[in-house]
Amino acid sequence: MKKFFRRGKGIEFLFLFFALASVFFLAGIVVVLFSSGLLILRTVTLREFILGRYWHPLFYEPPAYGILPIILGSFWVTLGAMCIAIPLGVGAAVYIAEVASPQLKEILKPVIELLGAIPSVVYGFFGVVALAPFIMRLFDLPIGFTALTASILLGLMALPTIVTISEDVISSVPVLYREASYALGATKLETAAKVVFPAAFPGIVTAIILGMGRAIGETMVVMMVAGGSAIIPRSFLQPVRAMTATIGLEMGEAASGSPHMHALFGIGCVLFVLTLLFSIAAERFSIRFRRQVGI
Amino acid sequence: MVDIITSCQLPVASCQSSFISQKEIKISICSLNIWYTDTQAIEDVSLDIEKNKVTAIIGPSGCGKSTLIRAMNRMNDIIPSVKVKGEILLDGENIYGEDIDVVGIRRRIGMVFQRPNPFPKSVFENVAYGLKINGLIKKKEELIEKIEQALKDAALWSEVKDRLGDSALDLSGGQQQRLCIARALAIEPEVILFDEPCSSLDPTATAKIEELIQELKKKYTIVIVTHNMQQAARISDFSAFLLLGKLIEFNRTDKIFTHPEDKRTENYITGRFG
Ligand SMILES: Nc1ncnc2c1ncn2[C@@H]1O[C@H](COP(=O)(O)OP(=O)(O)O)[C@@H](O)[C@H]1O
Ligand SMILES: [Mg+2]
Repeated sequence: MKKFFRRGKGIEFLFLFFALASVFFLAGIVVVLFSSGLLILRTVTLREFILGRYWHPLFYEPPAYGILPIILGSFWVTLGAMCIAIPLGVGAAVYIAEVASPQLKEILKPVIELLGAIPSVVYGFFGVVALAPFIMRLFDLPIGFTALTASILLGLMALPTIVTISEDVISSVPVLYREASYALGATKLETAAKVVFPAAFPGIVTAIILGMGRAIGETMVVMMVAGGSAIIPRSFLQPVRAMTATIGLEMGEAASGSPHMHALFGIGCVLFVLTLLFSIAAERFSIRFRRQVGI
Repeated sequence: MVDIITSCQLPVASCQSSFISQKEIKISICSLNIWYTDTQAIEDVSLDIEKNKVTAIIGPSGCGKSTLIRAMNRMNDIIPSVKVKGEILLDGENIYGEDIDVVGIRRRIGMVFQRPNPFPKSVFENVAYGLKINGLIKKKEELIEKIEQALKDAALWSEVKDRLGDSALDLSGGQQQRLCIARALAIEPEVILFDEPCSSLDPTATAKIEELIQELKKKYTIVIVTHNMQQAARISDFSAFLLLGKLIEFNRTDKIFTHPEDKRTENYITGRFG
C-alpha cells in the first residue's frame, strides 16, 4: 500500500475515485428523484400535473394533484425577492466596487459575506417574530404570513450572493477600459455607468441568476413565513405555498408508494429542472462576461 | 487623490530648447518630478513639445517613459500613490494648476495605450463614445458623419465599413489599435499621446500605424513613447532620451541618432545597453 501511494499514479487514482464518487452520488440522486417522480404520471397526465389548479392530495375524493398554485407560489416569492435583492444587491456592489474607500470596502465585504453564512432558520425565526407581525399591522391583515413576508426574507438571503459576485465582477473589469474612458474626457460617473457597468453586465446577470437559484431552492424560510395555502396567488399580501415548502411539509404525512408521494417527487423533478436551467443560464452569461473582459 | 505641489517658480524661459521655435510650443514640461509613494520615477525633467511635430520619448524599460507621458494628460491621477511636483503648460496654462478642469484637459489631449483597449462594444459605439459623453453632436447624421471621418483618418474605414455593428473585440490587434486611434481622433483633440502603440503588433500592423502617425502630425501634435530605436528614428522629429527617470538628452531626432552629445545616449542607441 505504502509503495502504491509513493508513486504519482496512486494519488492520481485516488483523486479519480473522489471525482467519480461525486458524479456517482449526483447521478444516483437524479435517478431516484426521476424514477419516483415520473410515477405520478400514472395517476395524472403531465398537463394535469403541471397546469392543474388544485392541489388536494389528502382528504378529498378524488384527490387532485395539480401543482400550478405551488409553482406560482414559488414564482411569486422569487419574483418578489428579486425585486428587493436586485436593486439593493447591484447598488451595493457598485458602491463597494466603485465608490467606497479601501477601508470601508474591507469592512463591508466580510459583513455582507457573513449575512450569507447565517442559517436560514434564523432568518425564518426573525420573520416569524418580527417581520410577520410588522407586515400584519402595516397592511392591517388578519395574518402576517404572506408572499411579501417570504419575499423580503428571501431577498435578504439572496443579497450576499448577488453583492459578492457582482462586486467581484465589477472589480475585475480591466483598468484598461477605465483608462480608455478617462482618456476620452469621461468623468468617473460616466465611466462607471457607460463602460464598467455594461462590461460587467453579463457577470452581474450571472450573480442575479445564482441569487434567484438560492431563493427558489430555499425551504426553511418559506415553510416558516409564507403562510402555506396552496391557492393561486392574486396578491403579495396573501399566504402562498412554494414548491420547496410543499415537499418539506408533506413528505412526513405522505404514505410511501402513494400517488401523493410520487407527486412530491414530481415537484422535486420540476425544481431540479428549474435550478438546472438557472445554472446553465448563469454559466452562459459568465462565459460571455469572461470573453468580454478578456479573462 | 493626487497630491500636487506646484512650487516650480522657474521662469518658463529656463525650460527652453534652442532647436524649438518658442512660438510653436504646444506643451512645456517644467522641472517635473513624480513619485510613486516614496520612489521617484521622474526627476526634474524639462522638455518642450512642438506643435504639429512628432516627439519621441525613448529609453530602457522602467526608466519612466510611461509615467512621463501619462503626466501630460493627468492619467497618473487614477493611481492613488502618485505625487507630482512641477508644471506642465498646455498653451501656456499649467495643467497641474489649482482650478484646472482635468476632464477638459483629457478632452484636449487624447491617448492611445500600449495594449489595444477598445471597449467591449460595437466598432460604431467605440468611436461614438467620446462624442456622446462630451456632448459634441446634436443630430444622428452628424454622429454618423463624424464616425466615418474618424475611421477614415485612422485608415480603418475601408476595413470596417461593412461591420460597424460587430464587436470591436472581433477585430485583429492592429485594427483594434487603429480603432483606438479613431476613437481618440473623433473628439478632435489637439495633442495625441501614444504609449508604445505598436509593442503588441506585428510588423505589418506596425508599419500601418507609423504611416498613420506621419499623416496625423499635419493636424495634431504627437508624443510617442517607444522602446524601438528604429521606430523613433523613422517617425519622430524630436527625441528625448530618458534614463532612470532623468532626461539625459533632448534634441532633433537626426542629431540624437547621428551625433549624440551624451555618452549614455550613444551607448543606448547603438544597443550597448537597454
Ligand atoms: N503604479 C505604480 N506603482 C509604483 N511604481 C510604479 C508604478 N508604475 C510604474 N512604477 C515604477 O516607476 C518606474 C517607471 O515606470 P514606467 O514609467 O512604467 O517606465 P517605462 O514606461 O519607461 O517602462 C519603474 O521603476 C516602475 O517600477
Ligand atoms: Mg511603459
